[in-house]
Amino acid sequence: MTTMLEVCDLCVRYDGANALRDVSFDVMAGEIVVLLGSNGAGKSTVIKTISGLVKPESGTITYDGVRLDLLPASKVFSHHLAHVPEGRKLFHEMSVEENLILGSLKPDAKEKREETLKRVYDLFPQLKNLSGQAAGNLSGGEQQMVAVGRGLMGLPKMIMLDEPSLGLSPKLALDIFRIVKTINGEGVTVLLVEQNVKSSLAICHRGYVLENGRIIMSGTGSELAQDERVKEAYLGI
Amino acid sequence: MELLLQTLVSGLLKGGVYALIGMGMTLIMGVMGVINLAHGQIMMVAMYITYSLFAIFGIDPYLSMAIGAPTIFVLGAAIQRYLLNPLMRIETILPENQVLMTVGIGMVLTESMRIIFTSDYKSVQVSYSNAVFFLGGVSFSMPLVIDFFLAVAMTCALFWFLIRTDMGRSIRATAQDKEAATLMGIDTERITWITFGIGSAIVAMAGAMLLPIFYLYPDIGGPFTRKAFVICILGGLGSTVGAIFGGITLGLAEAFGATYIAMEFEDMIGLVIFIIVLLFLPGGFKRLTGV
Repeated sequence: MTTMLEVCDLCVRYDGANALRDVSFDVMAGEIVVLLGSNGAGKSTVIKTISGLVKPESGTITYDGVRLDLLPASKVFSHHLAHVPEGRKLFHEMSVEENLILGSLKPDAKEKREETLKRVYDLFPQLKNLSGQAAGNLSGGEQQMVAVGRGLMGLPKMIMLDEPSLGLSPKLALDIFRIVKTINGEGVTVLLVEQNVKSSLAICHRGYVLENGRIIMSGTGSELAQDERVKEAYLGI
Repeated sequence: MELLLQTLVSGLLKGGVYALIGMGMTLIMGVMGVINLAHGQIMMVAMYITYSLFAIFGIDPYLSMAIGAPTIFVLGAAIQRYLLNPLMRIETILPENQVLMTVGIGMVLTESMRIIFTSDYKSVQVSYSNAVFFLGGVSFSMPLVIDFFLAVAMTCALFWFLIRTDMGRSIRATAQDKEAATLMGIDTERITWITFGIGSAIVAMAGAMLLPIFYLYPDIGGPFTRKAFVICILGGLGSTVGAIFGGITLGLAEAFGATYIAMEFEDMIGLVIFIIVLLFLPGGFKRLTGV
């Protein structure tokens, strides 16, 4: 297996406070890797730093052989990486289809736009009927589908999902996890940030646990699910 | 009855050009969140370019748009890129200071033109400047009719660009959510100066259209900045569709004010409506239509 993403000794300061300290982890091609941790542990910061939205103080981020930490945010996404942000951040006044199209601005993704659009509609049949609707009028679950679909429109090798199940009903959350599994089955590597520990451990290959900006534990999904500390802190068992 | 129709027609025709002026400003407002108070002054510079091309080479004002608009695009893009964007990077400077910067830019443009062309009134007299045709007793000023249809064509072209092209989509995306636009791989800073360039080029075209009708002098920019601002407020800040309504409304209001109250009130009428809208319909037409 080849390494898709390698994060090495990442340190990030947010408003003077240490948000991340010496965070190192890697994601292999084809894997689903989950970053776990409570609110404020720094999970979202990790993803935002990979995207270039937050600049690291030190450390390196290598994605598919490219040093992302040296690039401005807008250039990061020319490297077949998708970031589905927390809270979805759709373009609310635009239609569902326009939102999806905006995911495919890169020349190579633009070339295959029609094809990918069809694939996204196959993956989310509901969206086909809603394609003309303003994204802001959709329900939370539908919006999350648009956000994931928009990420896929850029033909990513890896997709980063920030709390995709947040604010969704348990049933819809389960749908999202199933979709993540499907996407992964189609060959897209997944980096998942979640508070829903149980469901994400069930679908992931490996996971890392973040606490106060540090990685305190790592292992395969089942290892972590069996771990006493994880059980106590996150699974409430 | 004839007077009423006449007023309606001239207001409507002028409103078409006003809409164009307003759209330029509101486009910039939508993306940058900044009111460009040099908008009219940029138009004034475009008018001087048009005037010079006519005076020196005898190029028709409508044809010279092909030179004037790209030139002003570059001017506008440079203003955003080198004068306004650097202000955004310094955190201690409030975003509002960009507005102050545009005021300063407007003054520099006005005075530069005064140095080159003096304060004398200039005009472009083309064969059709005073041409008029009649339709059922109502007179139509030839240049205004051409202007109106050109303005409609430009508006359609602008909407096509904003809705159908990736660049247009990127501009709208940036206006709605900068961070999300960045996640789409859009270089939002590049979008800011392209948008400022487009907004400027639009008002440059409006300027060229108005030249056969208006006298040109360096201080003509100020009143048009005010008009553009009124149009944007009427239409709802950042709403391009609103700017069309705003422009037409202002054109009609001015025409009716001039006809039924007094010529001198032409400019005041717009400002009165401006205050009424702020008081009773904050958010402008955008609030009614939702676009």
